[in-house]
Amino acid sequence: MATTATTPRMWNGGRSPFNLEYGKVMMWYFLMSDSFTFGALLIAYGTTRFATNGWPNPNKVFDKAPFIGGGFPLVYVSFMTFVLIISSVTMVLAVHEGHKMNRKGVVKYLILTIIGGLIFLGSQAWEWTHLYMEGAWWGRNPFPNYDGTISTTNFTNFFFTITGFHGFHVFSGVVINIIMLIMTLKGTFDRRGHYLMIEKAGLYWHFVDLVWVFVFTCFYLV
Amino acid sequence: MEHTLASLEEEHHVGGGRKEIYRVTIILSVLTALELGLGFAMMYMPYESLERHLFKGIILILMLSKAFYIVGYFMHLKHEIRNMVMTIVVPLFLFVWFIIAFLADGNSFRNDKNTWDRGHKERSQQQMPTKEEGSTHKME
Repeated sequence: MATTATTPRMWNGGRSPFNLEYGKVMMWYFLMSDSFTFGALLIAYGTTRFATNGWPNPNKVFDKAPFIGGGFPLVYVSFMTFVLIISSVTMVLAVHEGHKMNRKGVVKYLILTIIGGLIFLGSQAWEWTHLYMEGAWWGRNPFPNYDGTISTTNFTNFFFTITGFHGFHVFSGVVINIIMLIMTLKGTFDRRGHYLMIEKAGLYWHFVDLVWVFVFTCFYLV
Repeated sequence: MEHTLASLEEEHHVGGGRKEIYRVTIILSVLTALELGLGFAMMYMPYESLERHLFKGIILILMLSKAFYIVGYFMHLKHEIRNMVMTIVVPLFLFVWFIIAFLADGNSFRNDKNTWDRGHKERSQQQMPTKEEGSTHKME
């Protein structure tokens, strides 16, 4: 176990104090700082929502899904949420295969993760297009408040900014995963002797899933 | 450098492996399903009612537990060295102040505006004219 490291030998040097590779530690600190960016955006959203009289009903705004039309609140966004969770699972499995130095397994699960990310991005593109066609955009809000009163544009401004920023993270995550896939196929990690790079990409991908947990709850549920 | 990487590799295999992954997947799916169930139930509650706020609170707790499972198991933080975990988790406690202070501020701002700016309150009580059918789905 890692806890055996807490001996005075810890101070003698020649030992990695966090037992993590440099790049992984730095990825963690990047993700922590990124969580403050997202946290600040979501808290700004919460503050504005508390400061605004009335708010649109998310069950009315987000009640459409492709092929089945309107009147189905939460259906499409639950699909998106599950897609992202499952793609996170396939990413863990890719990391797991990387530990075992099994190149074929890594390739298989990376491809599944990329497909999950692309489905999520496609769903978001569909949803944005649909909302745009209903008249919603930055600075425009066609949806009334719960009680039918005139709403402000705070709702759409924050929705497009925050889901857009998250979608941008998903997009970069997919790009990173594709680069990882190419490197795996070329055998770069086999030559290097470890698949630590997949773990770093995995950390980023899980973070994207983690942020969606918060965005999904704050915009669609609460 | 080679030595460090080799020792890293050796000590990295803590945690339950595939079994743990599947267990956490099921937990996350169940928590999401619970959240959605509460979300559906909430639709039939009156706006700004006590039970609605209670359900929102439960959903937020479920959200935090999902975050715990993703960070702890998928991102492997639960199996890292305690000092490493602390360098990540301790700074995040800033959020406790961040959330309480800002939400309270937003709330008091709304109260002040409604108390002192009569026009603001009256404007926000105007009903939105209902759109005629067919005006949706039109690109501008």
